[in-house]
Amino acid sequence: MKEALRLEGVHKSFDGNRVLRGVDLSLAEHEVVCLIGASGSGKSTMLRCVNLLEPVDAGRIIVHGEDITARGVDEDRIRRRIGIVFQAFNLFPHMSVLRNVTLAPEKVLGKQRTDADDEARELLERFGLADKAEEYPDRLSGGQQQRVAIVRALAMRPDIMLLDEVTSALDPELIAEVLNVIRELAAAGMTMLIATHEMGFARDIASRVCFLDDGVILEEGPPEQIFSAPREPRTKQFLQRIVEAGRL
Amino acid sequence: MTGPSVDEAGEPDPLSGHGGSRLLGNRGVLISTASTVIFFGALALIVVLAPGFKSVREGFFDWAAMKDSLLGVPEEGLPGIAPSFLLNVEVFLVAEVLILVLALVVAVVRQIPGPVFFPFRLVAIMYTDLFRGTPLLLVIYIFGFGIPALQIRGLSTQDEVVYGTAALVLSYAAYVSEVYRAGIESVHASQMAAARSLGLSRWQSLRYVVLPQAIRRVIPPLLNDFVSLQKDTALLAVLGVIEAARAAQIYSAYRFNYSSFVVSAFLFILVTIPLARFTDHLIERDRRRRAARGAP
Repeated sequence: MKEALRLEGVHKSFDGNRVLRGVDLSLAEHEVVCLIGASGSGKSTMLRCVNLLEPVDAGRIIVHGEDITARGVDEDRIRRRIGIVFQAFNLFPHMSVLRNVTLAPEKVLGKQRTDADDEARELLERFGLADKAEEYPDRLSGGQQQRVAIVRALAMRPDIMLLDEVTSALDPELIAEVLNVIRELAAAGMTMLIATHEMGFARDIASRVCFLDDGVILEEGPPEQIFSAPREPRTKQFLQRIVEAGRL
Repeated sequence: MTGPSVDEAGEPDPLSGHGGSRLLGNRGVLISTASTVIFFGALALIVVLAPGFKSVREGFFDWAAMKDSLLGVPEEGLPGIAPSFLLNVEVFLVAEVLILVLALVVAVVRQIPGPVFFPFRLVAIMYTDLFRGTPLLLVIYIFGFGIPALQIRGLSTQDEVVYGTAALVLSYAAYVSEVYRAGIESVHASQMAAARSLGLSRWQSLRYVVLPQAIRRVIPPLLNDFVSLQKDTALLAVLGVIEAARAAQIYSAYRFNYSSFVVSAFLFILVTIPLARFTDHLIERDRRRRAARGAP
């Protein structure tokens, strides 16, 4: 299988606080990998580094064979191929749903308005948002907003999608609609790196689960192994707490 | 942020701040009418009973002098305040457009990151510090007398109105750029991150995502500054420009009557009050919108 993404010894600190302390990870094309771990273990930072929203301090990140952390790399060109969806949606509040989706295809890819509109409406239709195209984000539910954010990222036809705890800000009854969208993407063969607190979802969807602890990937493996027979004591402890909280 | 006022039922109160009679009730209307009559009645009494009232009335509220000064007395070479006031409006309109553009440029330049752009940021910071710290009157004097003295061809032979307007523009743009900057900084960093993550360049993100939101937020304070700008066009009088205040001064000097100042003041009020009410309207609309979407 061809490799889509590789992290080699990635380090990242914020004001002396070492958030990532040598992360190694490899994703094959069409693979879905879930990152689990406590808040503050570095999941979000890792995704933001892959999207070049944060520069790495040391190590390399390689996307389809290209070192994107090398000097002089055109960040905007890299980001076009890597979509990211944030916990807080981050939709543009001054634009309609349709304009949120078409902004980047028009301005970055130089598509004609009519073509961008057609493609955006097609995507919105596919994710059950066709009737929301003219609405503004603040008129939508959290689940709808997050689905729009996913569509917005997809409109750039990325090779890889990064999902940063996309259901953490949602009311419980709205989580399923977003998870279903992600399942559909996985079924369609999208390469995805997903930071999540939804353990049941991770067990269903992931081809591999990585347990991130204190800035390193402490344990990784197929979901059945990680969730049923974790090797590391820290992983056991973490999953134990999740079970106690009734989340698994 | 101060949240919208909320009554006990937890519903946003759409009429608060208006003092609307629906809220006051019948008894409230009676009381407010009575207190208004008493207040203004007392004020009028104080003025009318003042020892100098008679001379003030003749000196400041002479009907004939008001009419003469408003329209001017061509045969005696006295300029009218009304035609002169058009110059104030003209200067205001031209200056306003230039201020909006220049201030935006300065605000954006201050946002450009990276060591290469340090000199640009430095110039922008020095400019704002310099012009915000200097009294507008002095800027007008310095421009009005300094630039002609430089004897630069094309630049030093302009009309005083040009120097005065330039002084207004540079002084106000320094303030307005700070208003813009506050607006830009009030847009959350996650908006920039979202835009960049889609592959938009820094400039595109600013242009399409950050600035539209920032500018929308600062429109009320900007309008507030423009109310002030409209009045400050009168300062061009010190360069000998015959605008409304200067025309009023000329009239009073020839006729020994100050009614012309009252006329001139009235013209300024006529323009600024609608502008101020419009600003209030926008602030109120913004407040209602925030309340409607649950005050984010």
